[in-house]
Amino acid sequence: MLLVHVDVDNGTVAADSVEALRFAAAFGAANGIEVAALAFGDCAESLGPYGIGTLHVVRHELLDEHSPQLESAALAGLITELAPEAVFAPGSAHGNELLANTAARLGLPFAANCLEIGTGEPWTLTRSRGGGVLFEDAELTAEVKLCSIGQGAAIVTKTVAVQETSVTEHVPQLDPELPRARLVERTERGGGISLATAPVVVSGGRGVGSAEGYAALEELAALLGGAVGCSRVATNNGWRPHSDQVGLTGTKIAPELYIACGISGATQHWVGCMHAKHILAINTDPEAPMVTRSTYAVLGDVHEVIPALVAAIRAR
Amino acid sequence: MDVLVCVKRVPAFGAEVVLTEDGELDTRHLGFTIGPHEECAVEEAVRIAERTSGSAGVLTVGPPEAEEQLRYAMAMGADHGVLVEGAGEDPQATASAILAALREIGPYDLLLFGNESADACQYQVGARVANGLGLPVLAGVKGIELGPEEVTLRRDVPDGVEVYRAPLPAVAAVAEGLNLPRYPSIKGRLRAKKAPLHRISPEVAAGGLRALRLRTPPGIGTETKVLGSGAEAADAVLSVLEDLGVLR
Ligand SMILES: Cc1cc2nc3c(=O)[nH]c(=O)nc-3n(C[C@H](O)[C@H](O)[C@H](O)COP(=O)(O)OP(=O)(O)OC[C@H]3O[C@@H](n4cnc5c(N)ncnc54)[C@H](O)[C@@H]3O)c2cc1C
Ligand SMILES: Nc1ncnc2c1ncn2[C@@H]1O[C@H](COP(=O)(O)O)[C@@H](O)[C@H]1O
Repeated sequence: MLLVHVDVDNGTVAADSVEALRFAAAFGAANGIEVAALAFGDCAESLGPYGIGTLHVVRHELLDEHSPQLESAALAGLITELAPEAVFAPGSAHGNELLANTAARLGLPFAANCLEIGTGEPWTLTRSRGGGVLFEDAELTAEVKLCSIGQGAAIVTKTVAVQETSVTEHVPQLDPELPRARLVERTERGGGISLATAPVVVSGGRGVGSAEGYAALEELAALLGGAVGCSRVATNNGWRPHSDQVGLTGTKIAPELYIACGISGATQHWVGCMHAKHILAINTDPEAPMVTRSTYAVLGDVHEVIPALVAAIRAR
Repeated sequence: MDVLVCVKRVPAFGAEVVLTEDGELDTRHLGFTIGPHEECAVEEAVRIAERTSGSAGVLTVGPPEAEEQLRYAMAMGADHGVLVEGAGEDPQATASAILAALREIGPYDLLLFGNESADACQYQVGARVANGLGLPVLAGVKGIELGPEEVTLRRDVPDGVEVYRAPLPAVAAVAEGLNLPRYPSIKGRLRAKKAPLHRISPEVAAGGLRALRLRTPPGIGTETKVLGSGAEAADAVLSVLEDLGVLR
C-alpha cells in the first residue's frame, strides 16, 4: 500500500496537496499499488475522483497545537501500524518538514521533491534540486520509501477508477512531554497587492545601482497596479527588504508580466520568475540570460528606459 | 549562550550550470561557498554570541578543503571551527557524523542549520540531528528571539506568519531573510586564520538515498522579441503593455 499525506483546507484537499495526490493516484494505478490517503482532518468527499478508497484520519487533542514534530510522531506511529510500502507528501515547506522529521524518527531515508519515481529494487527516482535548477537521478533503498512530490512532477496519465472513500480514524499515542516547538501565534497576511499575487511585478537587480534607483520602478509598478521585486544582489546590498526578493531563496511568483530591470537572470533568480506568462527584460547586455530567455527585451540603461516608459504611460 | 552552526561546502555556480559527461557538476572553474541560508545562520550565531557573551561555533562535514568554509564563517565572527571528515553528501550519514561530533564537542544551547543545503536540497539534516538528540526543531525560521530558558521562532507560511516557542536547547533550520549577513572584515579574516580548528573523523554508516547523476532540466526555447534600445523603445513597450492588457 502507498499512503499519501494531504493537507486539509475547509473539509477538502488543500490546493498545495492536489499535485501530490494526483501523482500518487497515477503512480498507484501504473504500478498496481493500492493508494490510501492520510490527513489530520476529514476531506474524504474530495478524494473519490482520485481513486482513493480509504482515508486514514489521525486525531489527537495534542495535534491542535500544530507542532510539526507531534504530527511527525503521529505519522511515524501510523507507518508502524499500517506498514505501507511508501509514503508520499507534497513537496511544500510543510510536507518536507513533516517527512524529514518522520524519517528521522524512524531512521528511514527521505527523498525530497521527487519529479519521477520508478519502482523496482532499489527505487529509481529524479529529484528537483534548487527549485528546478538541476535534476538529480537517485536510488532509494528503504523498507518504507518516504518521498515528497516536487513542483512540476511528471504525472503519468492513467485513468483512475472513481471510488467511494471510507474513513478510518486513528488516535495515535503521543507523548505530551515530547520536547517540541509549539505554535503560539498565527497572523494572516493582510490584503493589498503582494509580490506573490501581483499581476505585474517590476523587479530590479544590480543594474538599478542604488536604493534610490528603485523610486522609478515603484512609480512604474504603481501605474501598472503591480508590485516591486528584486534580485538577491539588491537585498544583499541593503537596497530592498528580503520580502521583495524573487527567486529560489526568495518568493516564487507567476504574474501576467514580469519586468526584469538590470537582472542577469542567474538560474536561482530564474526559477522564481519562470512561471510568469510574459517577461520583459531591460538590460544593457544583449547576451544576459534574462534577455535571451525572455519574451520581450529592451536593450539599454534602466535609468533611461524606465523614466521614458513612465512618461509614455502618463502621456497616454 | 553557546550556538553551533552547521555549514556545507558547495560549488558557487552562477547563471549557467555546467555538468561533466558523467553527470557531475563541473567545478573546474568554480569557487566554493556556503549557501545563503547558512550565511544567515552564521550571522545570527555571531550576533547571539556577541549579545550574550557566549560562543559561536561552526561545523562542517566534508573534505579537508572545507576548512576554507569554516575559515570564512570564522572571518564573519564565529570563534571556533569543527571539521568532521566525511563526504557530506548523504543526509543520513551527514547527520550521524554531526551527532558523533556533538558527543565530543557538545553541548550547545542552540544549533542552527540551513533550511536546505544549497546544492543537494535535502531539507532534512537539521531535523535528523534534532530528533537524534531529542530536541525541538522548526524549519523555515526567519526570526529568533532568545530567552533564558526558551526560544521564540518565527516563520512565514503561504498565508501569513507563525510564531513558535520551544524550550532550550533547541534546533532551528533557518531561511534567508533572517538577517542581512555581514561581509568579513580584514580584521576578521586575519583572526580567522589563527582561530582554533578541531578535527574529528567519526565512523558513519551510509543511508538509503544515493545520488547517481545530475541533469540539466529541459531547455526553454523562447524567441526573444527585442522591442528597441534605450528611451526610444518606450512606445513599443507601451503597445506591448496595451496588448497584454496590463495598463490600468
Ligand atoms: C543557493 C542560492 C540561492 C540564490 N537565491 C537567489 C534568489 O532567490 N534570488 C536571486 O535573485 N538570486 C539568488 N541567488 C543569487 C544569483 O545566483 C545571482 O547572484 C543574482 O540573482 C544576481 O543578481 P543580479 O541579476 O541583480 O546581478 P548580476 O548578476 O550582477 O546582473 C546585473 C545585470 O544588470 C545588467 N546591468 C548593469 N547595469 C545596467 C544598467 N544601467 N541598465 C540595465 N542593465 C544593467 C547587467 O548587464 C547584468 O545582466 C542565489 C544564489 C545561490 C547560490
Ligand atoms: N556536509 C554538511 N556539513 C555540515 N552541515 C551540513 C552538511 N550538509 C547539510 N548540512 C546542514 O543541513 C542543512 C540542510 O541540508 P540538507 O538536508 O542537505 O538540505 C544545511 O543547510 C546545513 O546547515
